[in-house]
Amino acid sequence: MAIEPSPARLSIYDAAAANRWRTIALIAAFTALIVVLGYFVGEYFAPGGGPAVLPFAFALSIGGALASYFAGDRLILAQSQARELRPDEEQQLHNIVETLAIGLGIPTPRLYVIEDSAPNAFATGRDPQHASVVVTRGLLDKLDRTELEGVIAHELSHVGNRDIRVMVLVTVLVGTVALLADWMWRSMFWGRGRDRDRGGGGAIIAVIAIALAVLTPIIATLIQLAVSRQREYLADASGALLTRYPPGLVSALRKIAADKEALEVANKATASLYFANPLKDAPAFFDHLFDTHPPIQERIKRLEAM
Amino acid sequence: MEIVVVAVIIAALALFFIGTYNRLITLRQRVKEAWADIDVQLKRRHDLIPNLVETVKGYATHESTVFQNVTQARAAAVAAGASASPQERAQAENMLTTALRSVFAVAENYPQLQAVQEFKDLSENLTATEDKIAFARRFYNGNVRDFNTALQTFPTNVFAGMLGFKPEEYFELAEAGEREVPQVKF
Repeated sequence: MAIEPSPARLSIYDAAAANRWRTIALIAAFTALIVVLGYFVGEYFAPGGGPAVLPFAFALSIGGALASYFAGDRLILAQSQARELRPDEEQQLHNIVETLAIGLGIPTPRLYVIEDSAPNAFATGRDPQHASVVVTRGLLDKLDRTELEGVIAHELSHVGNRDIRVMVLVTVLVGTVALLADWMWRSMFWGRGRDRDRGGGGAIIAVIAIALAVLTPIIATLIQLAVSRQREYLADASGALLTRYPPGLVSALRKIAADKEALEVANKATASLYFANPLKDAPAFFDHLFDTHPPIQERIKRLEAM
Repeated sequence: MEIVVVAVIIAALALFFIGTYNRLITLRQRVKEAWADIDVQLKRRHDLIPNLVETVKGYATHESTVFQNVTQARAAAVAAGASASPQERAQAENMLTTALRSVFAVAENYPQLQAVQEFKDLSENLTATEDKIAFARRFYNGNVRDFNTALQTFPTNVFAGMLGFKPEEYFELAEAGEREVPQVKF
């Protein structure tokens, strides 16, 4: 029996170590962002009031990070209307997941289903011990066994690589930032009348605050997308390495690309979690900058080159 | 001045040794964990076999040699599971796989048996378990490869032996038995 050489970079232990740093960097960046944002909000509403807001901003960002670390996966599962599968339901899926999990050396994750005919899947959780894999009804109905194995292997690679933790944090934190910026934007718009008697310094601060409020969600989204696309290629590669059968995953990608149905429960915040873009509405304006997923054709090309 | 230089060199060497030692321990621990996965699945296969033999026996009454063989092979595999090295265990498991295949070959001659739900469940369970053994073995061998590579590359190989590290054995099932799980046609 030949021991297949695997590129060292694909070891799940390496990817996991990289993701640990990414998690720390993410929380630090989020905290910094909220604190800066909070400072300018304070300055805007009461000149000199910025420092007073800082403790609140700190508490908010740390609290937000903790909450998304421990409860983010449940939030995402509930938002997606996923239902946990009983052990006697979908025997084939259970077998596939158990077998592939053994091949990766991770515990068998919990299994959920979304009753929607659009074929898609995602994995979430904070570590392999608290991981969940979600598939849609459409995925179970439209894919055959080898294709399903390809998709599950891709999702389990996210679990093994500890991508899921980063993805949960990104989804929840970026969602929070977008929400806050949105709220600030509106409060400035409605609150403008009060601040007519401000001096020039106040006006500068106001401009910066507005700029931040506009830029923050854009920056946050860009981070989310940048992190997401590289991960998908890696998960495709390690998934194919796990099943030793890239054509299964290729065929699944083709089927999903051909399917034009959008997944109802997915939204902008959760889109990047999924196996393939569930929204099916690539915005023409920002085009590739805002794609949550690498183009399926590119993913297929890379898999076929293996 | 020389004392400082010597001290720095000694400290650097000590750090290097500690780092290498801990890395080897981590890698060896992963091999052990992966081995536990294989062990679970092999035991599961051992547990399924007596039921299978009983079920097939009920229909194929004249095939006692086949049943004796598989029972013996199972006993040998269970015994090997208690103590033997991966290599010896793999041998015992290969014997068991062969014996098991002859049970399924016998079962094919009894159409009534093929219709029994219990037999269907058992053969499906066995197929699934053999799949899991194959994947557990792959994971184990990957970890053994990582450990052995770390052990045998310079400069670790110079002192790894002194620290009591030995290369781990791969778990190699027969080439044919690897992918060919008992095929049962209904």
